[in-house]
Amino acid sequence: MKQENNKAHKFGMVIDLDKCTGCGSCMVSCMSENNVPFKEDESNKKDSITWMRVYKLTNGKSFPDTEIVYMPRPCQHCGGEGDHGHSPCVSVCPATATDYGYDTGIVSQIYTRCFGCRYCMAACPYHARYFNWWDPKWPEGMENYLSPNVSPRMRGVVEKCSFCYHRYQAARDIAYYEGRDDIEEHEYQTACTTACPAGAIVFGDLNNPAHKVHQIVKPDPHPDPRNKHVVGKSRNPKVFRLLERLGTNPKVYYLSEREWVRKQGDNYLDGEWDEIKNHHGSSSHG
Amino acid sequence: MKVDRRSFLGLGLGAVAGVAVSPIGIKLTDDSSIWTQNWPWTPVPVDGEVTYESSVCSLCPGSCGISVRKIDDRPVKIEGIADYPVNDGGVCLHGIAGLQYLYDPARVKTPLKKNGDKFEEISWDDAIALVAGKLADLRKTGSPEKFACIADKEQGSVSGLFKRLLKTFGSPNFYTMPSLESYLKVTAAALHGEGKTIAFDLENSDFILSFGAGIIEGWGSPVNCFKANASRKERHAKLYQIEPRLSNTAANADKWIPIKPGTQADLALGLCAVILKNNLFNSTATANFKGGFNKLAAMLQKDYAPSKIADITGVKVSDIEKIATLFAKAKMPIAVFGHGRGDGAQSLKELAAVHTLNCLVGNINKKGGAFVLPKSDYLKFPKESMDSIADAGFAKTKAGRYVNQLIEKVNSSSQPAVEVLFVYNANPCYSLHDPKSVKQAVGKIPFVVSFSSFLDETAKEADIILPSHTFLERLEDVPSGSGLAKSVVGLTKPVIEPVFNTKNPGDTVILIATALEGSIAQSFEWENYDECLENVTSGIWDSLSEDGYVVISDGPGKSAAVNISFLADNPATIQAQGDYELTLIPIDNMRLINAGTAASPFAIKTVSDKVLNGSDIVIEMNPLTAKGLKDKGFATLTTPMGKTRVMVNLNEGMMPGVIGMVEGLGHTFDNKYVSNKGVNVNALIGPVIESGSGLDAAFGIKAKISKA
Repeated sequence: MKQENNKAHKFGMVIDLDKCTGCGSCMVSCMSENNVPFKEDESNKKDSITWMRVYKLTNGKSFPDTEIVYMPRPCQHCGGEGDHGHSPCVSVCPATATDYGYDTGIVSQIYTRCFGCRYCMAACPYHARYFNWWDPKWPEGMENYLSPNVSPRMRGVVEKCSFCYHRYQAARDIAYYEGRDDIEEHEYQTACTTACPAGAIVFGDLNNPAHKVHQIVKPDPHPDPRNKHVVGKSRNPKVFRLLERLGTNPKVYYLSEREWVRKQGDNYLDGEWDEIKNHHGSSSHG
Repeated sequence: MKVDRRSFLGLGLGAVAGVAVSPIGIKLTDDSSIWTQNWPWTPVPVDGEVTYESSVCSLCPGSCGISVRKIDDRPVKIEGIADYPVNDGGVCLHGIAGLQYLYDPARVKTPLKKNGDKFEEISWDDAIALVAGKLADLRKTGSPEKFACIADKEQGSVSGLFKRLLKTFGSPNFYTMPSLESYLKVTAAALHGEGKTIAFDLENSDFILSFGAGIIEGWGSPVNCFKANASRKERHAKLYQIEPRLSNTAANADKWIPIKPGTQADLALGLCAVILKNNLFNSTATANFKGGFNKLAAMLQKDYAPSKIADITGVKVSDIEKIATLFAKAKMPIAVFGHGRGDGAQSLKELAAVHTLNCLVGNINKKGGAFVLPKSDYLKFPKESMDSIADAGFAKTKAGRYVNQLIEKVNSSSQPAVEVLFVYNANPCYSLHDPKSVKQAVGKIPFVVSFSSFLDETAKEADIILPSHTFLERLEDVPSGSGLAKSVVGLTKPVIEPVFNTKNPGDTVILIATALEGSIAQSFEWENYDECLENVTSGIWDSLSEDGYVVISDGPGKSAAVNISFLADNPATIQAQGDYELTLIPIDNMRLINAGTAASPFAIKTVSDKVLNGSDIVIEMNPLTAKGLKDKGFATLTTPMGKTRVMVNLNEGMMPGVIGMVEGLGHTFDNKYVSNKGVNVNALIGPVIESGSGLDAAFGIKAKISKA
């Protein structure tokens, strides 16, 4: 097979918060796809394993000016400062149980290497990582629906969203079998993306201008002049990332027409937001 | 050998160096990490060949096309089918979690017979013989009409078989649970004549005026509505949501108009009044109105003037006038009804008032409007053979118009009003208001047969359970409905051999009919349900079995007659029961389900801790109403029907004076993942019957709340 296309992928997603209805299909599709277990009481959200979690945001105003928006939060697959692969979790893992894929931009998690120190959980600014405090237990007979593509985890390890990496592997296998160099946009889509009844999630290669995600996000190829650690800032004024100034460079972008929603992407000092909201990457500074 | 200092040190250093360069350290670390993580009880899923099978989900009336991923014979994942005419790829969380119903060890695994308080296993042959024996005895007494059946819906061939069994037995007493579809039929009957239903072309409408309809809370055909709602952004279509609570639909809408609970009918009529007064109606459409258009117009100007309506509903006069104008001037406006999911209590006054808005602006049977459709008739059952008992019994009047009147009748008569009751795909002992009295009625019926797959609240009250296959194990036609603009019939197909000793309910009915012999058996001369289905759908079977679905029609008819006599008589607005200060309203949450069985463990897992906290239900109220109650504090909620302990969530999205409690919690059957969590809101609300229509129209109930 010829290796003509050696350009690295950078898989990412953009979630349209105006379309998200908070229905929870993405959460259940993720649990079902990735063999995520469940327990008798899941109402303590701190120990409830949800690779994809939908948060509820409010504008904080009183009746009747209250507004609500739902925000799905998978692992943000951070590229780290300067997007060099030093994600907050990857840099602290003493066991190399979590690693950065330079060919995909995906942050992996190898359960059998993990020994449960939970440094990564402390390092993750997005609470995207979950610890298995107990062994997973399926009611008798329910193990029958477990998928062989994702190994069930054991007590004492950390787990998180993998951007359905097994789906990427499966798509690549098919491409290889058919003698193709690379996969098409539709061949690799995460379980949450395909399940979303509102079509709020768009997934693809941020490096590929033909992909919808690239067209919506329009990632800035240059570092942000305001903060050199920030790379790939969106040039779409309606698109933002969570805690962008940390320079974690997440590959999950959010889209909203509402300013108060975009403002909730970070904690701003008084007056800071008004200055920041009009900067959309290097090009906006000429 | 003499051990001197030199050789001792040499040996020591050598040992240290040896250990350091040998792989033993790494090997031991590696081994210990393997040993400590080698949990033999963690399942290792078996690999195999991957295949996909198409089917249709029938968990709710939405009827989405699904693709089931299998590893050898084992279904492992449910996803939506792209290009399916209902859901086009998307699928809801309950459908995705369908495998948790399939493999649930809490399912009814084999026919059960009640002995005292306990169920005993019984063979299928004995169970069928027992049911047929009871029915034969009842027929001999000469009152076959005392055989009743409660099902979830009227449509489809399995419901058709139940109806046919009742008819050939000699009983008109077939009932369905309240659903959006049943309300659409009631509304169509009141305004357009019997035998019709209504559909809404949401995906083309440019202005949706929703009177509490939870467009993204599971109303209608849920995934189809999600898609129509999401496409508003590109189509620049507007959604105005009128309800007391900032629901997800209200939050997603272009404008939320808070309204006092139970006054939506008044607002709808108030809007009609403005449209009439300002000559914004479509005069070609109203020229054909029957039933007293002038009378209605005069009544509206007199009793529903904006200033009056503003007082009643809490919506400002200026807003009433603005909404009416926006609605009437939109190109393709549509008004939709149904609180939340639309299967709860509704009054005909409200249904008719909202739909009259559609009639006034003349958007009936037009693109982006409301379609008046004939009831689907793709099923062609052969003529029943009726003996004299059947003819006489079937001609008798029904025990009640709707299921709540049946329950009432059973409870109030001293002689058993119903001798044998079949319950199929319904859970009235949970889903109807005041489930205690429903349970009492079911308890009074001498012989109750449940066809449930789960030991739900109603099945627990049954004398015998004939368990049905889940939708993943059976063949069945699934017609769309619930306001979907297209008429689609899908085919649910078995994707796995039955996991337990259950049957297709169609087969069970055929077996019972055959055991009853005579003219009843003659009306069921099919080998099995599969043959029956092919036979009764013969007109569409070829494409149904080949493509998995058939689109029967995707457009409206030409025109529809409108009769507004019901509203012209100015029916009274239903008042909430009780005289407490606050009003308790039920909340429909997409992540929970109210009809049938409980939500799956996965769905329950996604429920917010501001809805369910441990085993405590969390109610929503405005901080202004809280008066000393704290967020996350406990309180006692009292209604005329009873009281319960609740946790409080102070929520600015609730109208002051209103308390919201979620539907779908508080199940009491034996499944620790989904049961004994919170309380059933239906138990706190009693039915209020609307005179004239006979519908249970209690949207909420008066309530008070105090510190626990």
